[in-house]
Amino acid sequence: MLSRRIIPCLDVRDGRVVKGVRFRDHVDMGDIVALATRYRDAGADELVFYDITASPEGRSVDSGWVERVARALDIPFCVAGGIRSVEDARRVLQAGADKISINTPALERPALIGELAAAFGTQCVVVGIDSMRDADGQWRVRRDSGDPARTRALATRTLDWVVEAQRLGAGEIVLNCMASDGVRQGYDLPQLRAVRALCSVPLIASGGAGTIGHFIEVFRDADVDGALAASVFHGGEIRIPDLKRALHGAGVEVRHAA
Amino acid sequence: MRVVVVDAGGANLGSVCYALERLGIAPTIAHEASDLDDAERVILPGVGAAGPAMACLSAQGLVEPLRRLDVPLLGICLGMQLLYEASEEGDIAGLGVLPGKVVRMREDRVARVPHMGWNTLSDVRDLPLLDGIRAGDHAFFVHGYAVPVGTDTIATTTHGAPFSAVVQRGAYSGAQFHPERSAEVGARLLRNFIDGVAA
Repeated sequence: MLSRRIIPCLDVRDGRVVKGVRFRDHVDMGDIVALATRYRDAGADELVFYDITASPEGRSVDSGWVERVARALDIPFCVAGGIRSVEDARRVLQAGADKISINTPALERPALIGELAAAFGTQCVVVGIDSMRDADGQWRVRRDSGDPARTRALATRTLDWVVEAQRLGAGEIVLNCMASDGVRQGYDLPQLRAVRALCSVPLIASGGAGTIGHFIEVFRDADVDGALAASVFHGGEIRIPDLKRALHGAGVEVRHAA
Repeated sequence: MRVVVVDAGGANLGSVCYALERLGIAPTIAHEASDLDDAERVILPGVGAAGPAMACLSAQGLVEPLRRLDVPLLGICLGMQLLYEASEEGDIAGLGVLPGKVVRMREDRVARVPHMGWNTLSDVRDLPLLDGIRAGDHAFFVHGYAVPVGTDTIATTTHGAPFSAVVQRGAYSGAQFHPERSAEVGARLLRNFIDGVAA
């Protein structure tokens, strides 16, 4: 049976892993390859590397660290941030990434999703969506969320964008529920359930993990394929082997759980 | 051991080479027929769509040499699917060294397509290529088309329906999952292939 995936997300700045809360106040966490292999050894199913400086600064990802990670890792990984074109994606994939994730560039030019899918296959095209509930009760998409000073709310409804992104060729959706992100009060289950109902490709929950119970409920109650988290793993509050044992005990299919 | 990795235009060429390097093997890359000349093992990786991959092999003059190979070959993911006679993906003809047709995976409410993630192996046959790999072991899959279970199937996986996870017929073998991204199980399969698959 297909396992539910546990996906630590590592923010990368200038070739180092950093961490922040609600996209701010980043502190150095260490060398990318050292941290990546530590998560791999702990039983992470996949890793996401988010180049937090490439996108806001208009640069593309430095493929040097991508290649170092690809040489060391024997689990899949995805690179996000700073990918705006088929050529950007090609460099990252050729350096050894398994998937590329696009967010703001896809909002600016939705056709990019289809171009990437045609060039590399839908399986490696991940669309990341930053979403927040507005005063009128609708979830809407945010862009440029990598830089709080530039983040903008769009008129696009999150649920419409989820449908459109799949139609264009997205092979996976990562839904980052911004209001929950970094505050550890649990994943945004109502929003994830609403998106799940419209999402026939794999759906990854992001934003809000604080306890092992939050992971159990997001798999059980929102039927997501994977759960992404950063701070609880980086800070050591949740150890992946413990998490997997608890998920297994709760009847959630996972890899490596005694 | 001279291991040659065929360039079929897929983006996982580098990852496959790195996986071999982690096993202490320095592979070379084949872009043309003569690159296969003294190969002792051949690996055909592949990510993307069947049509462009066959076109890429054809443009490099690799189709006939791969069909006539007398050393062991391991196809990975799309590379395994290309070993078959035909694929529903783009309705193309493959290398045809294994009988059968690659079909689109059927999607349902539980089994989403593409099949992406870690899934378990079943019906693992007791063969050198699968030495040390057991039913219940997890491997990493990313694909939307699959080979139905048949006589050449030596391990299966189920996503909606069972399909071929590993196949072997004579010198030709294939893994639908990605050994280069399947942690210990993947390394084991590559090691078995390099060390002692019966030709």
